[in-house]
Amino acid sequence: MIIEIGHYAMVLLLATAIVQSLLPLAGTMRKDPALMAVAPSAAVAGFLLTAFAFAILTFAYVTSDFSVVNVWENSHSMKPLIYKISGVWGNHEGSMMLWLLILTFFSALVAAFGGNLPERLRANVLAVQGWITTAFALFILLTSNPFLRLDPAPGEGQDLNPVLQDVGLAIHPPLLYLGYVGFSVCFSFAIAALIDGRIDAAWARWVRPWALMAWSFLTAGIAMGSYWAYYELGWGGWWFWDPVENASFMPWLAGTALLHSALVMEKREALKIWTVLLSILTFSLSLLGTFLVRSGVLTSVHAFATDPTRGVFILTILVVFIGGALSLFAFRAPTLKAGGLFAPISREGALVFNNLILTTAAATVLTGTLYPLVLEALTGEKISVGAPFFNLTFGLLMLPLLLAVPFGPLLAWKRGDLLAAGQRLFAATGVGLVLAAIAQWSHGGGPVLAYFGLALGFYMLAGAVTDLALRAGIGKVSAGVARRRLFGLPGSAFGTALAHFGLGVTLIGIVAVTAFETEHVVEMKPGATVEAGGYTLTFDGMRQGRGANFTEERGHFTVARAGASKGEVWSSKRLYTARRMPTTEAGIRTFGFSQLYVSLGDAMSDGGIVVRVWWKPMILCIWLGALIMMTGGFVSLCDRRLRIGAPQGARRARPVAGLEAAE
Amino acid sequence: MTRKQKRLAVIGGGVGFLLAAVLLVMFAFSQSIAYFYVPGDLKKTEVPPGTRIRLGGLVEAGSLERGAGSTVTFVVTDTIGTVPVTYTGILPDLFREGQGVVAEGAFVAGSPVFVADTVLAKHDETYMPKDVADRLKAQGVELGGKETIR
Repeated sequence: MIIEIGHYAMVLLLATAIVQSLLPLAGTMRKDPALMAVAPSAAVAGFLLTAFAFAILTFAYVTSDFSVVNVWENSHSMKPLIYKISGVWGNHEGSMMLWLLILTFFSALVAAFGGNLPERLRANVLAVQGWITTAFALFILLTSNPFLRLDPAPGEGQDLNPVLQDVGLAIHPPLLYLGYVGFSVCFSFAIAALIDGRIDAAWARWVRPWALMAWSFLTAGIAMGSYWAYYELGWGGWWFWDPVENASFMPWLAGTALLHSALVMEKREALKIWTVLLSILTFSLSLLGTFLVRSGVLTSVHAFATDPTRGVFILTILVVFIGGALSLFAFRAPTLKAGGLFAPISREGALVFNNLILTTAAATVLTGTLYPLVLEALTGEKISVGAPFFNLTFGLLMLPLLLAVPFGPLLAWKRGDLLAAGQRLFAATGVGLVLAAIAQWSHGGGPVLAYFGLALGFYMLAGAVTDLALRAGIGKVSAGVARRRLFGLPGSAFGTALAHFGLGVTLIGIVAVTAFETEHVVEMKPGATVEAGGYTLTFDGMRQGRGANFTEERGHFTVARAGASKGEVWSSKRLYTARRMPTTEAGIRTFGFSQLYVSLGDAMSDGGIVVRVWWKPMILCIWLGALIMMTGGFVSLCDRRLRIGAPQGARRARPVAGLEAAE
Repeated sequence: MTRKQKRLAVIGGGVGFLLAAVLLVMFAFSQSIAYFYVPGDLKKTEVPPGTRIRLGGLVEAGSLERGAGSTVTFVVTDTIGTVPVTYTGILPDLFREGQGVVAEGAFVAGSPVFVADTVLAKHDETYMPKDVADRLKAQGVELGGKETIR
């Protein structure tokens, strides 16, 4: 009975979403405030209905109600509670429910915090959100319904794919979707502005917080996914340029470009048309990602099941939304007035440079991801485009951008001075080179190029600090004044510096791991040792273990450095009883930012076992940098000038400016 | 510079950058694309030694042999042709004789043995690498029950 109530809530949601799609739009056309006012209520109701349906599905998982097909296919009564809950979205249907939940959540947020938006804009934005909600609610109800029943109900479920039975599943998809789907708000703002045919700097000010929020979550989601793949798959890699990874990385690149171009639009009213286009493209890439992952055109751990009707349905959504949005854009864009002028060497110029490179890089990743699919569809020929392609193209394209990152914030708006900025970065360049030289001296060996990579990373760190120091006037004014100025800096200044600093940290991690990691594949018998990264690993032997729903063979190792014990590490091969599926659990021991990574292979007939040991220098920097970037995004979001409710305060202080903004 | 010249310089720079990116992509494609073959294809077409390819098929039953250290050899078959493969490293958890596999690597000059640097098996018990399943089905090989893609 309760399951049917959840099912019914989904049907009600569909009805609500249709109302939300049509009435507000009719309202803006007939200038009827009553119709426009339907939008926020419908959005909040839609969110509550989705949350209710989602809660019921979760309830079915927690109580192991195997009369529900979806629960039977993906759960097991012996599964630990946390995986019963996270398992809700560890399958196709549930994952689409999470998608919808987050979509309606953002609609409700716009409704709740959009009080300062012009009425027409808010009504239009929520109507567009309503279209997306309608499309995906239909998708779930028609092709991916998680509330279908089984009769008779089986006594036991088929269990969740063991690879997904990890705390990573509880964190990675929600974060990723908060980012992915968060960009729908930017998309809706763009479409709403195009429908009205009016757009100004205030629009950018309203869009930027949403872009920032989505971007911060997406950054964290991608980083979390990367770390999860790293420790769970047992292959020791942290990024595989897998199409599914690319699917989340492309919206990130486009979203990063959007953040920066919205800045130009907000401050200088320039790049209006481009910013609108980027808003559309970013969410289009999110939709494309959903299609790639959910349609089953790719085989991967993310493609839970393949069903052609689903692929066709999502493809239709994709074509209608992207095609429709781009057509509307082509139709309306010429009527938008172009904004202010600027010299090529200026803050605006630097941000255009940033956009040029980020969008080109996104296009490159898109080409590499889609080319095999298109080629197979057209000629039937099967090819694979792997890491070498992406490393070469993406790596080379990003290089000039990384060099330019510290320059951007130092250039003035409208007309900047490249030479002066270069002089200010003199110290940062010096710091980068000296630190890289120290690394070379203390570590020695390795490719020369790697040290230039490290120098670039340190230069970016120093550049971010330089930016803050210059703004505070450190060295020019007395220490007390500088301190007061530093703390008085707007949140966005700290946000920028943090995000750029984080990028440098990530770069250092990537360079260090790529250039200096060592890998040893050896056959070991108890008592045997292997050296990695200056540490000695001694194999102590295998032990048996068992968990709630698996049995395992654990290999125990003792770690020592120069004779002194540094603790233990163990790695295991598990067999999940319900699916008879083996997995490898890597053993990881962290030293500072570096890690020892141990993975077990096959047992040999003579009692030995194949062991794969990696030394991963500075690898934690990769994800730490991403977390710093995310923090930068949130700090920027806290900037008073950006806070969504802020214009009210500003209106009271400066009535004239406030009226303009509200117009 | 006049305003017009400035604008031309900016547009020229942008277009130049895009052009460079396109050339780079084309170059990278020519360097790093790996074509997919099943053993039967290799009877018809010659793959030059050193060219990276992906070789897919079933691991022939009884063909898996462990050599010194972590080197293994096995035979990939599609029932029409067979190719011996050698690989140094740890095989994936779901690698089994008689089941689907994709090996990435190249042939070495003067030897029929395929040297793989990456071996991929199924992601879970119900899947077979999609490329392999498609090709084997096209060749009429019975995959039977749960082993086929759903």
